[in-house]
Amino acid sequence: MTVTTETKKYELGHHPDMAPPLTTTGLIGWLRTNLFSSYMNSVLTIFVLYLLYLYIPPLIEWLFIDAIWSGGSREACEVDGAGACWAFINSRFSQFMYGFYPKDLLWRPNTAGLLLIALMVPLFLKSFNYKWVLGGFILIIYPFIAFYLIHGGSFGLETVETNKWGGLMLTLILSGVGIVASLPIGIVLALGRRSEMPIVKSLSVVYIEFWRGVPLITVLFMSSVMLPLFLPDGSDFDKLLRAMIGIIMFQSAYMAEVVRGGLQAIPKGQYEAASALGLSYWKSMGFIVLPQALKLVIPGIVNTFIALFKDTTLVLIIGLFDLLAIIQQANSDSAWLGFDTEGYVFAASVFWVFCFSMSRYSIALEAKLHTGHKR
Amino acid sequence: MSDHDSELKPSKPAIWNDPKYRALFFQIVLVLALGYFITTIVNNTLTNMESRGISTGFAFLSEPAGFGILQSLIEFDESHTYGRTFFVGLLNTMLVAGLGIFLATILGFIMGVARLSRNWVVAKVATFYIEIFRNIPLLLQIFFWYFAVLGALPSVRQSMSLGAGVEFNNRGLYLPAPVPENGFAIVGWLFLAGIIASILLARWANKRQESTGQQFPVFFSSLGMIFGLPLLVFFVMGSPLSWDYPMLKGFNFQGGISIIPELLALLLALTIYTGTFIAETVRAGINAVSHGQTEAAMALGLNRSKTMRLIIIPQAMRVIIPPLTSQYLNLAKNSSLATAVGYPDIVAVFMGTTLNQTGQAVEITMMTMGVYLTISLVISMFMNWFNKRMALVER
Repeated sequence: MTVTTETKKYELGHHPDMAPPLTTTGLIGWLRTNLFSSYMNSVLTIFVLYLLYLYIPPLIEWLFIDAIWSGGSREACEVDGAGACWAFINSRFSQFMYGFYPKDLLWRPNTAGLLLIALMVPLFLKSFNYKWVLGGFILIIYPFIAFYLIHGGSFGLETVETNKWGGLMLTLILSGVGIVASLPIGIVLALGRRSEMPIVKSLSVVYIEFWRGVPLITVLFMSSVMLPLFLPDGSDFDKLLRAMIGIIMFQSAYMAEVVRGGLQAIPKGQYEAASALGLSYWKSMGFIVLPQALKLVIPGIVNTFIALFKDTTLVLIIGLFDLLAIIQQANSDSAWLGFDTEGYVFAASVFWVFCFSMSRYSIALEAKLHTGHKR
Repeated sequence: MSDHDSELKPSKPAIWNDPKYRALFFQIVLVLALGYFITTIVNNTLTNMESRGISTGFAFLSEPAGFGILQSLIEFDESHTYGRTFFVGLLNTMLVAGLGIFLATILGFIMGVARLSRNWVVAKVATFYIEIFRNIPLLLQIFFWYFAVLGALPSVRQSMSLGAGVEFNNRGLYLPAPVPENGFAIVGWLFLAGIIASILLARWANKRQESTGQQFPVFFSSLGMIFGLPLLVFFVMGSPLSWDYPMLKGFNFQGGISIIPELLALLLALTIYTGTFIAETVRAGINAVSHGQTEAAMALGLNRSKTMRLIIIPQAMRVIIPPLTSQYLNLAKNSSLATAVGYPDIVAVFMGTTLNQTGQAVEITMMTMGVYLTISLVISMFMNWFNKRMALVER
């Protein structure tokens, strides 16, 4: 066997590593592995890039570059080549946020919101040691403070009827109340579903499966049409309260399933250890099982909150003015006719910012809480 | 030893400390409280309905409805009964839910696989699609498609022609309708027979492969039996099929198949929204199959598409099916948002118009909720059956 090595002769000794081929590193390598790894992939890449080139630049132009940002009336937007008319959103911004809440009383919902943010901040601080106390305060006491601030009627505050509430404020109130009130009911139902008492267990199962099997719209319809029939004659109550009752009944079934997931994830040894210590049912649940289970399901609760936050838009069907309903109403205003898309894009971005940040938070939390119990 | 035993035996607790009696007592109290609650509600409802002059019962179902419905799969006009509005609404709900499930599954699987694609651009586009559309409320998406997109289409007179007799304007999408002529039935029967024969063939081939290891080209022979043979017969018989094209007559298109914009908007939104969740389910399922499986398949010399089809997908399906079921259930329930744009589904027609006209709140709410509970039950039963078929059979 003759090996012809005319140009390079291998010599014994130390040789430095050769640089990798140019086509496998750097930008070229990246392009080759990620975009043009095969004929099919190359065609696909070029096709998708072409589609993006067709649609993305005009979209950005419409959204930002050619957009009209300010102006008191629709004439400002009726310019040749004008893009999105954000002046429409600008002129109605306070309505989108607060509904028909009296303008001079806006400090009240603002105070409630700022108070909530101020209360929430320590929850994210690592060095803060009283998270359970503060969390309990937010869940139990704060709703009453917020109610008296926004609704008024005592402490010398003027009453603002609930039919004036609206916009993003109403969306946040509905979803916040829905989650906070459905949590305890959900815990009770989840415990009931895992109970050994046959009647308690079957009642819980029926309740949970019934509400999970019907759409929220029918529940809202039911609470707005049938609840007045259920009560003794003459007792009439608030439309917002009726919607809230419907949402809470509906949401507590979903919450129960989330909590049940947490209860099931606690190893059986914990239950057995609790009863070996002689703890009663409620003590073993309250001190041993639930604290662990609830910690595990916080991401799940955040996820149901996201779902509920999106679902609160349905209240427009029974005539409440949440963010979407108020934008829908503004769209049909004759002074600003024809800017539907801007309204929807605005609403979508508000909802998106809330939901996306919450889902990121939930993912981060899941990673952080992933300390044990996983099997 | 024996007298020690008797000492160790626990003394019988007092009756109020015995868990058995406690449980019994607690449950009796619960039943009594619930019974009291229900009787109060029923009593209140009866008195309230009496004072408002609403009669209870289902007699209203046989009265004439006196209103028309935008889209109906069965014959319906003002003279039909309220009972029939129930079925019109039910069929419309089933139509949109069925189509939505079909389309969302396709979109979701494509996007789920695309997000895992090795092609960077494709994966990023899929990620953007998923992260954007699942964080926007469904109702908002329905409104967007209905008012901002379909509402902005040209009017009937300036209708867009998409070619081949397809017309698109703000009254909806118009497609040519196939009109079968003499002898077309034979083609239809052949098509059905082809499907049945293919199923039998697949079973036979499976059995043969298990016992002898020989493979049979099931896919191509089924393709031939289902589409090839009927097509051949179709052309031999001289194409016994004509098309009824939509024509502009007066103020609207006549003939053909028309799809109302309400249905289009609802389908678009349901498909795009649920597609994101299905895509995430699919991605999670594929990720759940351990990488060792892929490596083992490559070591056996299977190519990429066979690895995907024979190794990854069957295992991923076991993880995908349970969450996929709940997505289907969600879609079926979310189809009730139809009422927001006026698509005549069961909530809009029956719980909306019929309830407003008759005032029979209790009966109608119960019937509508019963429908959704039944749909939920049927879908989850079917998916449980499917899941059982796909589940791992351990020897």
